[in-house]
Amino acid sequence: MNWFSFITATSFMPVPATKESGDVDNLYIFLLVSGLISFIILIGGMVIFIFKYRRKTEDQKSAYITHNTLAEFLWSFIPFVIMMIIFAWGWSVFHDLRRVGEKGDVEVHVTARQWAWTFKYANDIEINSPSDKKLVENDPDSTLLKPEVVVVPVGKTIRFILTSDDVLHSFYVPAFRNKMDAVPGRRTTFTFTPIEKGDFTVFCTEYCGTKHSNMMATIRVVDGEQFALWQSEKLAGMAGASNKGPAERGEALFKGSLGCSGCHSIDGSRIVGPTFKGLYGNKRDFADGSSVVADDAYIKQSILVPTAKIVAGFPPAMSSFQGRIKEDEIKDIIEFIKTLK
Amino acid sequence: MAHEQHNYLNHQKGIWSWLTTLDHKRIGIMYFIAIMSFFFLGGVFALLVRAELFTPGKTLFSADVYNRMMTYHGAIMVFMVIVPGIPAIFGNFVLPIMIGAKDVAFPRLNLMSWYMLMIGAAITGSTLFLENVDTGWTFYTPYSSIKTGMGVIPMVLGVFIIGFSSILTGLNFIVTTHKLRAPGMTMNRIPLMVWALYSTAILQVLATPVLAITLLLLIAEKTLGVGIFDPQLGGDPVLFQHFFWFYSHPAVYIMILPAMGVISELVATYSRKIIFGYTAIAYSSLAIAGVSFLVWGHHMFVSGQSEFAGVLFSFITMLVGVPTAIKLFNWIATMYKGSIRLDAPMLFAIGFMFLFTIGGLTGVYLASTGMDVHFHDTYFVVAHFHYVMVGGTLMALMGALIYWFPKVTGKIYSDLLGRISWVFIFSGFNVTFFPQFILGNMGMPRRYYDYLPTFTELNQMSTFGSWLIGTGFLVGLFGVFHALMKGKEAGNNPFGGKTLEWTIPSPPPHENFDKTPVLTGGPYEYR
Ligand code: HEM
Ligand SMILES: [Cu+2]
Repeated sequence: MNWFSFITATSFMPVPATKESGDVDNLYIFLLVSGLISFIILIGGMVIFIFKYRRKTEDQKSAYITHNTLAEFLWSFIPFVIMMIIFAWGWSVFHDLRRVGEKGDVEVHVTARQWAWTFKYANDIEINSPSDKKLVENDPDSTLLKPEVVVVPVGKTIRFILTSDDVLHSFYVPAFRNKMDAVPGRRTTFTFTPIEKGDFTVFCTEYCGTKHSNMMATIRVVDGEQFALWQSEKLAGMAGASNKGPAERGEALFKGSLGCSGCHSIDGSRIVGPTFKGLYGNKRDFADGSSVVADDAYIKQSILVPTAKIVAGFPPAMSSFQGRIKEDEIKDIIEFIKTLK
Repeated sequence: MAHEQHNYLNHQKGIWSWLTTLDHKRIGIMYFIAIMSFFFLGGVFALLVRAELFTPGKTLFSADVYNRMMTYHGAIMVFMVIVPGIPAIFGNFVLPIMIGAKDVAFPRLNLMSWYMLMIGAAITGSTLFLENVDTGWTFYTPYSSIKTGMGVIPMVLGVFIIGFSSILTGLNFIVTTHKLRAPGMTMNRIPLMVWALYSTAILQVLATPVLAITLLLLIAEKTLGVGIFDPQLGGDPVLFQHFFWFYSHPAVYIMILPAMGVISELVATYSRKIIFGYTAIAYSSLAIAGVSFLVWGHHMFVSGQSEFAGVLFSFITMLVGVPTAIKLFNWIATMYKGSIRLDAPMLFAIGFMFLFTIGGLTGVYLASTGMDVHFHDTYFVVAHFHYVMVGGTLMALMGALIYWFPKVTGKIYSDLLGRISWVFIFSGFNVTFFPQFILGNMGMPRRYYDYLPTFTELNQMSTFGSWLIGTGFLVGLFGVFHALMKGKEAGNNPFGGKTLEWTIPSPPPHENFDKTPVLTGGPYEYR
């Protein structure tokens, strides 16, 4: 079938990895073939006329044809019929992709925020993507971060319930031929049934600011046992984490669910916001000319009311974590920041 | 010619006489100069955007700088180049002449539209120096209203004023077409260019106010904190998209209908044949204008709107495809048994049909809900709209430029330079944008500063193509200066056109016609 998928250009699409995606590809093949035929008729006709009716002598006359009702009827009616087929077919495929209200065998709450995804399973397992490691390690100019892996079982119906904490984002998995916007203040759903095992990339396709192109995740489709194993490992890891010290817990929050590392570095480099290296106990200069020594109160205020004091030279881009962060989590983060000398 | 002929160019002298002129022909030229300068700026941004995408990762600029360039490229090209382009430049110049009028109905309003475009452009442009905007030309909320700088305010204020320029031009054209036609020029005898401009004018007058209101609401939210679009203030973020596309979908027809008018003129003249299906072409323009108000939701299939809404919008969108296809068939049927000459303007017309067919067919893909879910907001869409808007409108603009150049200036534009320019633009265009269809298939989202290494080769091809396009337009520009300096004298009707502008001297006299013409038949009567 390889020559077929090449000719129909479906070989450029990622392997169809869900039950629904094969249907999209069939529609695509129909669109491509009917489109090619229309193109050949139109442009082929035009090219033939150009050569056949080239002006050869300066006084060459043309035919006087004002219209032709039959031809005009046919070339209006036939495209209309083809378009109605494409419409109806598209609708039926769309209906399978949407499946609003259908409950999944596995349900995951997905929260988008500039510029990360949080995946939360029913049993509180939480994955944050991308990670803070570079995707292309040997290229210093690459800005892409390595996507974190989200695991789902093959053959089951998976429902992702999407929302956003800040602006519009869009959850797109090319291999699933599916996409859905994550809208602040709303819930939308992204339902799919994977049939292929493997790793599939998630992109954000709604422009969302500076690091829009960096908002990736990896969905790993595995069989049922591996999925169960992965879940129990994650749960064990979570149990271990609660025995850790405050600075370590803070580090996990910083890199993980709160996603601070998306905008603040800990090694002194500048990302979107100021670095945290050497923050604690040192002087900060603000855009309005004032300054303070960074202490517990200042850090807490910056987390809860980020716009109160804007560090000189940075945009007021951070949104408030009010309601998303608990009191002792703030303490843990401060402990972590203290370690960044 | 022994003595200097009296025409609109030497009727009055000095820069002040231009800046205060009420002559539609001079205003057309002023639009040409202004819009071509904007086009140059937008083109430089395009080349920079493509240069950045030559390799994955940082090639030249940081992500923030890239996002700004992408925004200015889109905003300048859409609001200051393609939307006003053909109507303001060529519409102003030829519309009154084509219907046998001395000027537009409201000459002062016409001059005022030009000034509004300039003021709007200056305000929008000032953000380049004050606070750059990085929202993309669509200004989607809540990013534009809460998550980015205050530069958005002057930016959309400028666009708001430009919108009024567009409304005034439209109003002027509608009244002109209804009231100032020469005796015998019934609605069924006006040239197809005029039909296209007339349909466009209706869209301009009815759709643009919606954009204006939307932008005002955005400003109100951003400055006063009124909760309209921002969910944190109780607003609805998707509402903005509804408003925005309620204007911007008809706007894509504001961009393309005038181009279709130009193509009708070119195909008839260079095939030396009566246009096939005059009524079908004329009324399909009106049909497109009407239906295009009801399809805005096809930009929002994945926005979370209901499945039913998606399906309904998909259905209506398919209906717009039909009159569009009819036009293509009519032009090709006009060439049948014609007497065809492949001068540069005809090459641009053929290029238009080639690119527009690809753009139109891929539009059907996107109109089909199930397919659009995969392609929405990927490079497939970028390729699609460049094929229709740029392949369509810019091809027509170049064709129109070379075709009417002799009428405007009295000098012939070098056909050779026109052809060279065509070769570069046409081939470069396909090299730039065809690979983007494949990138879309592979799943590369649009507005991306950085991309996966697998997308590299196709992006490089695309960047290379952008240099070819750039070269083509520079050749085209050189052709303008070359023709002004060295061009041959044109005579009244160098190409054998049948519409009224070819019956008067080139350049035309101040008031177009010495004697009001009287029409006894339709246009394009090549027998
Ligand atoms: C020299 C030829 C051109 C090149 C190489 C070019 C290239 C590009 C590129 C690379 C993008 C960014 C796509 C993305 O990241 O989503 C873009 C966007 C865009 N271009 Fe062009 N372009 C050209 C001419 C034009 C013209 C003449 C127009 C006028 C209609 C135009 C209209 C747009 C629009 C509306 C966008 C979308 C901007 C946005 O999504 O914010 N382009 N173009
Ligand atoms: Cu995003």
